[in-house]
Amino acid sequence: MKMQKSQPLFQKLDQWLEESQGFFNANCQAKRAEALLKLKKLGLPDKKMEKWRNTDLSEALKFDYKLWTKEFSPAQIQNDLFQCDVHDLDAFTINLYRGRYVYQDQAIFKMENGAIIGSMAAAIEKYPELVSQHFDKYTNSENKAFDLLNTALFLDGLFIYVPKNTKLEQPIQLINAVGREENTFVQNRNLIILEEGSELTLIHCDDSYDYKRSFTNSLSEFYIGKNAKLDHYKIQNINNNSFLINSDYFYQERDSRLNTNKMILNGGLIRNEVVNTINGEGAESDILGLYLADEKQHIDNQVFVEHAVPNCRSNELFKGIVDDYAHAVFNGHILVKPDAQKTLAYQNNNNIILTDKAKINTKPFLEIYADDVKCSHGATIGQLDENSLFYIRQRGIGIDNARMLLMYAFAAEVINHIKIESLRTRIDDMVKKRLRGELSICDQCVLQCSTPEYHFEIDMAKID
Amino acid sequence: MLLNIKDLHVSINGKEILNGVNLEVNKGEVHAIMGPNGTGKSTLAAAIAGKEAYEVTQGSISFNGKDILDMQPEVRAQEGIFLGFQYPVEIPGVSITNFMRTALNEIKKYHGQEPLTAAAFLKKMNEKQKLVEITSKLKNRSVNEGFSGGEKKKNEIFQMAMLEPQLAILDETDSGLDIDALKIVANGVNKLKTPDNATVVITHYQRLLDFIVPDFVHILYDGKIVMTGGKELALELEEKGYEWIKQRVKA
Ligand SMILES: Nc1ncnc2c1ncn2[C@@H]1O[C@H](COP(=O)(O)OP(=O)(O)O)[C@@H](O)[C@H]1O
Ligand SMILES: [Mg+2]
Repeated sequence: MKMQKSQPLFQKLDQWLEESQGFFNANCQAKRAEALLKLKKLGLPDKKMEKWRNTDLSEALKFDYKLWTKEFSPAQIQNDLFQCDVHDLDAFTINLYRGRYVYQDQAIFKMENGAIIGSMAAAIEKYPELVSQHFDKYTNSENKAFDLLNTALFLDGLFIYVPKNTKLEQPIQLINAVGREENTFVQNRNLIILEEGSELTLIHCDDSYDYKRSFTNSLSEFYIGKNAKLDHYKIQNINNNSFLINSDYFYQERDSRLNTNKMILNGGLIRNEVVNTINGEGAESDILGLYLADEKQHIDNQVFVEHAVPNCRSNELFKGIVDDYAHAVFNGHILVKPDAQKTLAYQNNNNIILTDKAKINTKPFLEIYADDVKCSHGATIGQLDENSLFYIRQRGIGIDNARMLLMYAFAAEVINHIKIESLRTRIDDMVKKRLRGELSICDQCVLQCSTPEYHFEIDMAKID
Repeated sequence: MLLNIKDLHVSINGKEILNGVNLEVNKGEVHAIMGPNGTGKSTLAAAIAGKEAYEVTQGSISFNGKDILDMQPEVRAQEGIFLGFQYPVEIPGVSITNFMRTALNEIKKYHGQEPLTAAAFLKKMNEKQKLVEITSKLKNRSVNEGFSGGEKKKNEIFQMAMLEPQLAILDETDSGLDIDALKIVANGVNKLKTPDNATVVITHYQRLLDFIVPDFVHILYDGKIVMTGGKELALELEEKGYEWIKQRVKA
């Protein structure tokens, strides 16, 4: 599959590379150029490829995108971004605006405990050993076009290093925002390194400020060292004119814990690729996702879990509600290698389809080469339960609210796994608003900006 | 008259289950409907409550003088009809608190009343849960999720107490209860009784009627009410068994 020379995007790649090479050192420049060459050979995905059979990018790729390769003033943008206070989420916030790292004084800094947080581009200059040890080590760059595109043309992203036996008490919140400029092309590259015994909570939000079109190709690599713990939340809430390709690579060492939770609330087209490589005995991962799609939205989740060693556990749960003409795709693949005895691996995808125009393709898949394992998979597509609806309506609750209650209840199973209470409450509100059709993309960087609102639920524990 | 059912015929998937039920319930009365399994007791309850699959092919149901057959189930509920389900549905993820608050506020809205404040609502919750001896732990849980059979039935009565319907139809609320739970449930029902409301208890056994004393006992058999009497009828039925009914109907 060769890239179509006629694609407008194709013609810009060389130019974008040229414009951005100046930001990076010679070593990095060489890697970028090489990745672009490979990408041109491979071509961008199209529907003839098995992995892209159900997701058509031809519409998304036809626009006249702009990559923000020009100089910019982080401080000025900073003022623009921080217009509201954190009211209930106690998190250290980092902003990426159209793929550029926004900061006040320092692009990267080291905390007293040795943790390093900052711009990916700055990390490449300042901590070359740390970066080269992990950068691009967990991806499948060779055969994935968007990985290559990202390696070739990323401008910045988030870099986090958590040293041995260090726990970052405060969650870090990364807000990746687009808007104000039509046809923005964004390439984020994030690298998160958790050394042995360390702990981190990361909340990663993709937001749009307005209805301007954008295309984001975001790639994150996570190295989770021996005994380390990563609690990861991804909130995707972009406008219907925007496209998002998001790839998360999680590499786990011995006895490590991964909890990753995706809340896919809105977007024109969203494709998530989760790759979880479990490479140390005793490691455990929970990979959850909730997607709510309506109108003509397209949401695609691809989850690949590789059990390479014995005595590990993985658990996948993705739930979705698909309305109107929306299309949801789920592909789950668990690979249990011959050495991975005593593996426990579970995978579930449950969908509620609300109209006969909506579409769901779900394909759970187990590939097992070890004999002493416990693995299961399941996929369901159903409507709202009639008996439950009748029960609720019999109490005097109208059909619309009854449906909403049931949809919320369905979603709550995923929401309830969010460990940070304030975040859970916020997401809970957002899901309720979304189900009522009230969630606005202009709840700027939704997690921190909106005012505390009427709570649907009364927490008896707090009142009694 | 509160409830007036005339010559009611109900079909499910084209199969006629009820063929000519007549029932009149006045304010302040307690009625019991008895009958063997599969004779249409739950069908009657569902038809009154407005379950969609239950098609009324003939006859009428009026409530407080209004024809309710064209009303949505929620409107019938808002008008004051409550159904205690034989098999209460589990709704994981919806807390009882949230459920009851939404229900109560929608009913109030229907009657043009202001919603309850959070404080007033909580006070009411506390009051009513005591009535059925529900511990506070229960009410923080999702509706019926993981409840034992007894807890589910108590929860039905709790909801009835919260919503204060004018007509409560309790479908086998006694089945699967031990004697203590049965007493709690019956006690709850009795305390909720006023001169302005009415209760219809559907039961398979006479046992419940020792605690909830009916003014009328009806026997439903093969889709029809075949016999009506006072509370003694339940005792007679208990003694002679459903075979007695079968023979009397055949004769
Ligand atoms: N949803 C349904 N679909 C088809 N048949 C039903 C349904 N519900 C009840 N029935 C049938 O209707 C008849 C009466 O059932 P039901 O009203 O539940 O009786 P009871 O409550 O007296 O035990 C039975 O023959 C039962 O099989
Ligand atoms: Mg029954």
